[in-house]
Amino acid sequence: MTRYLVRRAALLAGTLVLASVVLFLLLRLLPGDPANALLSVGATPDQVAAARHQIGTDRPLPAQFAHWIGQLATLHFGTSFVSSLPVGPEIVSRLSVTVPLTLAAFVLAVLVAVPVGFLAAHRSHTWYGALAGVVSQLGIAVPAFWLGLILVWVFALRLRALPAGGFPPDGWATPGDAVRALILPVVTVALVMSASLIRYVRSATLDVLGSDHLRTARALGSSFLGAMWRHGVRNASVPVVSVLGIELATTFLGAVVIESVFALPGLGSMLVRGIAQHDYPVIQGVLFVSTFAVLVVGFLSDVAQRLIDPRLRTSFGRRR
Amino acid sequence: MKKQRIALLGAALATAVALAACGSGGGSTAGAPAAADANAVVQVGSLYEPQNLDNTGGGGQGVTEAFNGNVYEGLYRLTDDGKVEPLLATGNTVSADGLTYTFTLRDGVTFHSGKALTSEDVKYSIEKVLAPDSKSARKSSFPEIKQITTPDPKTVTVTLATRSISFVYNLSYVWIVNDQAGSIAAKEDGTGPYQLDTWKRGSTLTLKKFADYWGTPATNGGVVFHYFTDGSALDNALLTNAVDVVTSEQNPDALPQFADNPAYKVNDGKSTTKLLLAFNDRVAPFNNTQVRKAISSAIDNKKLLQSIWGDHGTLIGSMVPPTDPWYTDLTGVNPHNVDTAKSLLAQAGYPKGFSFTLDTPNYDPHPTVATFVKSELAKVGITVNINVITSDQWYTKVYQNKDFQATLQEHVNDRDVVWYGDPDFYWGYDNPQVTDWVKQAEQAPTEAQQTELLKKVNQQIAQDAASDWLYLYPQIVVASTKVSGYPVNGLNSQFFAYGIKKG
Repeated sequence: MTRYLVRRAALLAGTLVLASVVLFLLLRLLPGDPANALLSVGATPDQVAAARHQIGTDRPLPAQFAHWIGQLATLHFGTSFVSSLPVGPEIVSRLSVTVPLTLAAFVLAVLVAVPVGFLAAHRSHTWYGALAGVVSQLGIAVPAFWLGLILVWVFALRLRALPAGGFPPDGWATPGDAVRALILPVVTVALVMSASLIRYVRSATLDVLGSDHLRTARALGSSFLGAMWRHGVRNASVPVVSVLGIELATTFLGAVVIESVFALPGLGSMLVRGIAQHDYPVIQGVLFVSTFAVLVVGFLSDVAQRLIDPRLRTSFGRRR
Repeated sequence: MKKQRIALLGAALATAVALAACGSGGGSTAGAPAAADANAVVQVGSLYEPQNLDNTGGGGQGVTEAFNGNVYEGLYRLTDDGKVEPLLATGNTVSADGLTYTFTLRDGVTFHSGKALTSEDVKYSIEKVLAPDSKSARKSSFPEIKQITTPDPKTVTVTLATRSISFVYNLSYVWIVNDQAGSIAAKEDGTGPYQLDTWKRGSTLTLKKFADYWGTPATNGGVVFHYFTDGSALDNALLTNAVDVVTSEQNPDALPQFADNPAYKVNDGKSTTKLLLAFNDRVAPFNNTQVRKAISSAIDNKKLLQSIWGDHGTLIGSMVPPTDPWYTDLTGVNPHNVDTAKSLLAQAGYPKGFSFTLDTPNYDPHPTVATFVKSELAKVGITVNINVITSDQWYTKVYQNKDFQATLQEHVNDRDVVWYGDPDFYWGYDNPQVTDWVKQAEQAPTEAQQTELLKKVNQQIAQDAASDWLYLYPQIVVASTKVSGYPVNGLNSQFFAYGIKKG
């Protein structure tokens, strides 16, 4: 296992380096000139040249890349072209919204999806089992922003129970306000996420329920729940864990629509603004951090799968 | 979805002309009186977050909204009803040849950092706007300045290369900054009634009262600007009392829910934002005046405005909004008439019409307007190909390279008719007579003469249908009735917060 962990960590580092090169080059292929974003309509060619020089886009690409990597090595993300503010602290401030939002939604989604999905499979012949399947199908079809708008309308505009959006200016220094600000977005993301999770849990459970080994365990005298716990959950969770990893990674940046609906200063909206303004340091910084996060999540889900399923452990070793 | 409004400021304009045009009240503030709490913090909702905090560094519309008059002050102030008043200057004298201006500074003014205001700061601030690396939209508005001298700490002398009747007006855009402040992209050092507390990008900008302010202190305890990217989220914030006032409502559909609710007030202010269908007057068929007039007559502007803004907004018929001193009602010059349009097209040699590409910015209301224009022009046989572009592409393709046939764009500033005097401007309108009038107007010895000349300019461009001026936007400030004293016109995107009272 240790050998595997070391190998997997090295792979993670390698992917990160490769990703940063690709990321840097792809950005330079975007049409448009970042200098324009800084200037208003009356700009003269001299002003454009001055702006290019100021932000360094008049230098050759390798020099720009070396500069960026050099900064990254010391954990500096550079300075925004547009705001002249350092990118790092803004990413940290936005992570303080995005990470709690993503994790809380994730936990909530799992808490909803696992029992409902199990029920939908185990009791598929009953009306509530069928309903669970239908509702999850419906949930997949509902766009997140629409659900968000409905929740705002009900809980903020009608009931006045929760804020309609925004995040307290002092952030987590006022924990009560910060938590209240995140409740509706978390519920929105969690409901949408759980809809697809329910499908996966349901089909994984169905597979296990119909499997020979479960029947054998039952025949050997295990109770249903005992057999399920010993042999079912373990097998069913392998595919579910890999889907969980993907869902978690998608939500990390994919919450941008939710951020807009709830006026939250998260990582997604920072990226969108950066792209609109051709603010390379911002785009690179956000994408680097999110790539890192996605790779770490993938790493953790791989490790989790191996802990759950001993067959994966041996197969890895044998193949190499 | 970022909205980029293009700020184009006129080059040549008047100093101080008070206008109480149109009966709907010349007052600059609105709202029902309330029992004010001097320590209450006003929560302001806006769609325009600053890009950075320096208006000569590309800070954009947002920093003007948050900082003009609140954090930074000029030698002069452009009030919400369009008057130019002395602010950090107590007055000025002009030499007989109109080239040398001498300004006397107010006593007892200190920057937020504690330093006293001197003439050196003024010199530094004017030079900052004119510097080669300045990204100020106002830069091109200034005449060539030969020399700035500071004979004593309270006196500044500016010598111009040519007469400029709008010089003092233009100074109202120059923030007076401490000459020791260095980069102000992420901090500030001004003289205004508020100082910057914190700026949390993507979320809020907080201003607190400056204790040593030289003038009348603000009537509230501070201001927080809350920034939104989604108009509906902003409206929801107002409905749930998370914000007290919205600086500029851009969502026409949201108005009824506030208008019908006694807890809110919808204020119809005076706007200077014009929506243009701008032709490239250099290229065929738009180099033909008859074609441009035909298109102007073919499009029913009234129906367009009604469908987008309901009963709000104004038809103008030319570039000059009613708040500019040289306004005349020109809606009758190219009235809506499909038959006229058809016969003009026939005279121009296009009896069966033609087709052209309309470069359309991808944010509201342009795509909607483009569809409307397309259907209107189809009635006279003209085919419109709508080409949707980003604001960045607009800037490069249309504005810089002038590679377009026609485009849609909003022009936000007051007094910007003078751009028609520049044949190199993106729309390429080239009438030497107009160019000459604009130049004369800027060098006119009196405001009356300036006004007379610019009226002629306005008349001429309307007759030539230099562009099609579709409509003047409404300027709508929606606020809770708990607050009063907020500016309703938001002239040039300013939002003076120091007079707001919150009960």
